[in-house]
Order: sequence, then C-alpha cells, then structure tokens
Amino acid sequence: MRYMILIYGDPGAEAPPERPADAFAEWADATRALQDAGALVAGEGLAPVDTATTLRFRGGETLMTDGPFMETKEHLLGFYMVEVPTLDDALAWGARMPNMHWGSVEVRPVFDGDGSAQLVQ
Amino acid sequence: MTGEADAVEEAFRGEWAGVVATLARRIGDLDVAEEATQDAFLAAAQRWPRDGVPANPGAWLTLTARRRAIDLLRARAAAGRTADAWGTLRRQEAADVAAADRLEAEDADDGAVADDRLRLVFACCHPSLALEARVGLTLRLVAGLTVPEIAHAFLVPEATMAQRLVRAKAKIRAAAIPIAVPPRAALAERTDGVLAVVYLVFNEGYAASGDGAPVREDLCAEAVRLGDLLAALLPQEPEVLGLLALMLLHEARRAARTGRDGRPVTLSEQDRALWDPDGIERGLATLDRALALRRPGPFQIQAAIAALHAEAPSVAGTDWAQIAALYGELGRRAPSPVVEVNRAVAVGMADGPAAGLSVLEGVLVSGRLDGYAPLHAAHADLLERAGEPAAARAAWARAAELTANAPQREGLLRRAGGG
Repeated sequence: MRYMILIYGDPGAEAPPERPADAFAEWADATRALQDAGALVAGEGLAPVDTATTLRFRGGETLMTDGPFMETKEHLLGFYMVEVPTLDDALAWGARMPNMHWGSVEVRPVFDGDGSAQLVQ
Repeated sequence: MTGEADAVEEAFRGEWAGVVATLARRIGDLDVAEEATQDAFLAAAQRWPRDGVPANPGAWLTLTARRRAIDLLRARAAAGRTADAWGTLRRQEAADVAAADRLEAEDADDGAVADDRLRLVFACCHPSLALEARVGLTLRLVAGLTVPEIAHAFLVPEATMAQRLVRAKAKIRAAAIPIAVPPRAALAERTDGVLAVVYLVFNEGYAASGDGAPVREDLCAEAVRLGDLLAALLPQEPEVLGLLALMLLHEARRAARTGRDGRPVTLSEQDRALWDPDGIERGLATLDRALALRRPGPFQIQAAIAALHAEAPSVAGTDWAQIAALYGELGRRAPSPVVEVNRAVAVGMADGPAAGLSVLEGVLVSGRLDGYAPLHAAHADLLERAGEPAAARAAWARAAELTANAPQREGLLRRAGGG
C-alpha cells in the first residue's frame, strides 16, 4: 500500500538540540535508505514557499494568488511516496525524517482503497 | 431458563473477544467480524435455552460467526455497497468475495486464539487513533460492551459514540492499521499505550463511584477483566501485571469507600472489615509476580503503594515513610504535580504536618494545580493538623468550590464550616 510522507516545517525555525536517535541526518540518507529498502516510489523537495502560486475558481473567475494556499507557520517543504505493507511501516519511515525534531511529518495513505491491506498475517 | 441465560452470559464474557479476534484476523475486516459475532451471540441467546448449552460453547460461537461472516461478505459484494468516488468499488467487491471464499475453504483453523486476541487489542489501541476512539473500540470489540452501554458509561450520546466507532474502524481499514502484535522493538511503547486505555477505563469507573450509575461503576470491573486478559496474554510484561495488581487492590477496598448515603468515606474513617481479603490476596500475588521480573515501572510503584495501604491494619499502622519514598520514586520516573501532592500527604503522615506543608509548598507556588480540588483538600488537612484552623477552613472551601460531585462537595463544605 502506498503512503505519502509529507514534510512540513518552518525553515527559519531554530532546531532544538535534541533529535530522535535514529533520525536521518540528511535527506540524501533518507532517500538512499528508502531506495535500498525498495520502498521508495517518489520523493522531492519543493522550492521555497514564496515561489508558490495558489489557484482557485470562484464566482466565475479564476483567481491566482501569490503564495501557498494558506498562511501557516509550517509549510509543505517536500514529500516522499512510499510503498509498504502497513501503516506501522510508513510511520517507522516517517519517524526517521530529518525534520522530525524541528517540523512535522504527516503520513497519509494514497487512495488504494481495497481495504484488504491489513490481511498481513 | 435461568441456567441457559447465565451460560450465555458467561460464554459472552469469556468468548466474545476470541471470536471477534479470530474472524478479524482471517478476513481483515473489523466491521464484518463485529457484526457476525454479534449475530452469533444473538443466535446463541435464542437457541441455547431451547436446545441446551453446547458442550463447547466457544467452538459453536466461532462456527456460527464464521458462517454469518461468509454470508455478510457475499451479500456486501453482491450489493456493491462500498461505493466511493475513487473507483474502488470493484476492488472491494473482489476482496469480499476472496475473503468469503477463503473462509469457506479453510475448515479447521489452527491459529491460537490468544494470539488473535492480542492482535485485536493492539489494533484497537493503535496510537494513530484518538484516545477516546481507542477506549470505545477496545470496550466494544474486546470487552464486548454494547454501544449504548459504552455511551452511557462515558456520558456521551449514543449517536456520538456510534460515529466514533464507525470512524475508528474506517481508519483502521483505510490507513491499513495492522491487526498485529507490534515487533519486539515497539512492544514496550505500544503496550504502554494499551495500559493507558485500560487505566483510563478504570479511572472513569473509579471516579463514578457513588454517583449512582451502575454502568459507570461497572467500568472498574470491565477494566479488571481487560487487565486479566492482558496479564494472560503478556505474562512477561511487568507493567501489565503492575496495572492489574493496582486495579485489584483498589477494587478490593471499594466497598469501604462510599457510605450508605453516597458520601465518600475518607481513609481514616473506612471500615477495613469491608475490604475484600481475597481481592487483596490476588492483588499482592500479582504484584509479586511483576516485581519478580525486575523491571520496575510506574504502575508497579503505584501498586506497591496500594499494597502498603491494603496490608496496613489502620491509618496509624501504615508505613507512610515507605509510601512517601515510593511517591518520590514515581515522581522521578514520571514527574507530575499530582504525585507531589500525594507525596506531601504521605510525608505529612510520616514526619508531621509541617514537613508535609513544606513539600506541598512547591506545588502551591507553581499554581499548576489551582483548579485541582484534592490539592486544596490535602492543604486544608495539613493546615488543620498544623494548628492553623482559619487557613484550613479557607482551603476546605476552595476544595469544595472545585468539586462537582455533590456528596463529596457537601463533605468538604462541612469541614469548611468548622465542623
């Protein structure tokens, strides 16, 4: 089953001194580990949020605004799409992301939807 | 008739979790597992009074539930009920048909029921589910309480609780939360999560004592049953045994804690003859088993404190110094102002009210527990014994203000009135 690992953070934030013991130090390490495990489907970093443009169609017109869809403290910085058997596997990868100690990682399934994914045992 | 009704009740208690769990493992669908099991138990309630209780009730229920699950899966596949915008319709149908075929073909199932129940518990208590969802799901799928019972126990509308469970099961399915025992590396942390759920259920029941709602008070018994199940499934986990011991020791003393008028009875006023010696015995034996594993933890420490109370002949004869030391140990492992308050009370008993007040000072000054009635009650008691009646009365009044439970509030107001 496929999951998105969404990397959020405030790039200007001060990184606290403490990081999880098994966190990857660099994004390159994370990518390589996912590749070696055969779990990587896709993964990219995004350009900074001030390069974003948001599109909406409202009241008959196409609206284009400068910036991300919502002004939040933490922005979407990048993503991985992984293929693993269960949520626990995806969470284990997510917990090792380098931004864990200063940002947030969201793990969400891609809609495969046949619901039989938990027939693991 | 009564014999069969009791037999159904007993089978229900004993067999529910296993039947749900084994089905869930075989078909990977909690909804169908739950519904099929529910139907099997209903069938038992109708047939057994007429035909007699079968020699092996568990096998009867498992077989009946399995047949029902096959029917449900085939019916769902045929009805194409699982529609959604992303075109997963055909895949869900195929999965249902496949599951039904598999269930039909596999005759004997050698899987150990114990393992299945453990899988189910860990799935229900998965950390990616909200805590209240974990509690509801565990009570429904493992303890076998009905949705109305769970709703009433936690004072939420039935529809709310029903929705909560539907969403939780949907998340387990959609996110592929595994119905599995976590790997060795994650076992301790995930077990802590399960214990948190059980402890929450127990505390809810404990807090409800005396408010006249039997379903809520029964939560304690339900939590003990869950604790028993976990102790049987994870006998080498000392914190599992610690929590069970703690709950047993609390339950054994329950009868003495509430007066006939619903008024809570303080420790010094309790009639220790009302304590259940067998329950205490069981609790102490369970604690011994935990400590023998030589991996101390917060639940074991709390159980050890409860054991000191349970073994003491009276308040005066209680080893308060040891209790104070244990609270200190607990506070080191899991720092909490509430633990400090309890430590202050124990120190106050062991070394006198002035010493107790000195410990309490830190908590009072921090202001963190300003809204916590037991802090002010403890403060009041120490002030009274330290010979400061006016300050004590003010503290009793503050405690009363913060207490919702009517009989408890009355008791506190009485003390505030100089009684």
